[in-house]
Amino acid sequence: MRRFGWLVPTLYILFLLLPIYWLVSMSFKTTNEILGGLTLWPQDFTLENYRKIFTDPTWYNGYINSIIYVTINTVLSVTVALPAAYAFSRYRFIGDKHLFFWLLTNRMAPAAVFALPFFQLYSAIGLFDTHIAVALAHCLFNVPLAVWILEGFMSGVPKELDETAYVDGYGFWRFFGKIFIPTIVAGIGVTAFFCFMFSWVELLLAKTLTSVEAKPIAATMTRTASTSGYELGLLAAAGTLTLIPGAVVIYFVRNYIAKGFALGRV
Amino acid sequence: MDTKIENQKGWLFVLPVLILVAFNAIIPLMTVVNYSVQETFGDNLFFFEGLKWFQQVLASERFHHALGRQLLFTFIILAIEIPLGVAIALAMPRKGGWVSVCLVLMALPLLIPWNVVGAMWNIFALPEIGLLGKTLNEMGIDYNYTREPFAAWITLIAMDVWHWTSLVVLLAYAGLSSIPDAYYQAAKIDGASSWAVFRYIQLPKMRHVLTIAVLLRFMDSFNIYTEPSVLTGGGPGNATTLLSIDLVKVALGQFDLGPAAAMSIIYFLIILLLSWIFYTVMTGKRGEP
Repeated sequence: MRRFGWLVPTLYILFLLLPIYWLVSMSFKTTNEILGGLTLWPQDFTLENYRKIFTDPTWYNGYINSIIYVTINTVLSVTVALPAAYAFSRYRFIGDKHLFFWLLTNRMAPAAVFALPFFQLYSAIGLFDTHIAVALAHCLFNVPLAVWILEGFMSGVPKELDETAYVDGYGFWRFFGKIFIPTIVAGIGVTAFFCFMFSWVELLLAKTLTSVEAKPIAATMTRTASTSGYELGLLAAAGTLTLIPGAVVIYFVRNYIAKGFALGRV
Repeated sequence: MDTKIENQKGWLFVLPVLILVAFNAIIPLMTVVNYSVQETFGDNLFFFEGLKWFQQVLASERFHHALGRQLLFTFIILAIEIPLGVAIALAMPRKGGWVSVCLVLMALPLLIPWNVVGAMWNIFALPEIGLLGKTLNEMGIDYNYTREPFAAWITLIAMDVWHWTSLVVLLAYAGLSSIPDAYYQAAKIDGASSWAVFRYIQLPKMRHVLTIAVLLRFMDSFNIYTEPSVLTGGGPGNATTLLSIDLVKVALGQFDLGPAAAMSIIYFLIILLLSWIFYTVMTGKRGEP
């Protein structure tokens, strides 16, 4: 039994990679080949789909827009969540438990419910179709998640650390910046990963809040799908390119994911 | 457990989060509440209607069916993904270079934009030109998810299992790797069976991460919109019209703001209630030694 233990993860990973392989291989095919029937790998290898994306501003701007608002959102979410998570893990204050659960309830709010009110709200304050609007809107679900994860990590750090630092004459902010944050850097890595992930993959709100200037790549894809018929190769190439930022981020946090999780209660 | 210091300064630390989330949560929520009790005939003229929309939605068969489908979907998803995720995490090696590779590969589906996931499976499962659809049909299985409700459901569930099981694996694996080696050695000396090791060492250690996994999977599967709307668009017929798809149809398709808003609130309350039950049940036992 033990000797075949590797079989389960291996089969699972194969199952995961199959659709991804299909997408990538399709991105190198011509439209004719895709519609002509089933071919396991590109018979008529072409880079035309990618060339189109890299030369057409409506395409590549989509990537730039997505990366801009995702980055703003990740930085913002982690920054505001750090002191809040510290307060939840170290202090008792009136209403803390209720506040924590209320924050979590926002993680439960279906994006479909908020699409229309968000559109009205961000139009009213003049932020419609800006990167900031999407970054702020994604805070709705990312900030609670960031607080939740960071609180777990911080509670795993012994309180003696704080006390020793104060005895040594550190002020609060100096302790927080110089000692505490470096201690939980793995937790920050994991949190940033999750914020990046949920902001990168969300589309409903991002699409609702943008029209031209800040339109995310995923929305560009939907529009192309409906206007130019069935250019599957082009869509597949665009889809393949959306995998890359995620893959890069995972690569950087891979050690935190394996080790970092184990540190906290998370 | 409770060594926290009483310190009202905590509120100052929480303030930025509070402002940011309240701005995004309370204003839109009030907009929805506002719509849910009013009738409009255009021109920004609104009339107070009381609870009429709520009664209408709660009595409508369409809402019952969408809710039923939603509950069924969420139940199947949890029943497959949680045990499968735990099993895979248990089978993973604890150490070695392969762990990072495995984790990176497993995390891939989590980082694909949701509409790309939907589009990918849409094409992957097409009976004529998709790898999955074509293969199944070649094998003599009559499979067409755009025509048969059952096939559509299978495709939808396969897609979600493909998409999200890794999250459970990552969390469960993190919980497992926090168990010190000494525990396993002690169990070995006592001659504990692998079931006993699982039941008395691994499962308790994973409780916290599993709470997170179940809650996240519950909330997200209940809120799912983009993937099924790209994959099946709620079809064939209404077979895969889950709550949020139905909601968007009412709100943006028919522009019935009142009923849509009432439905939103009922929908949100259901998630809130069920999450609260999960949360209480799963964290309630944490006090035990």
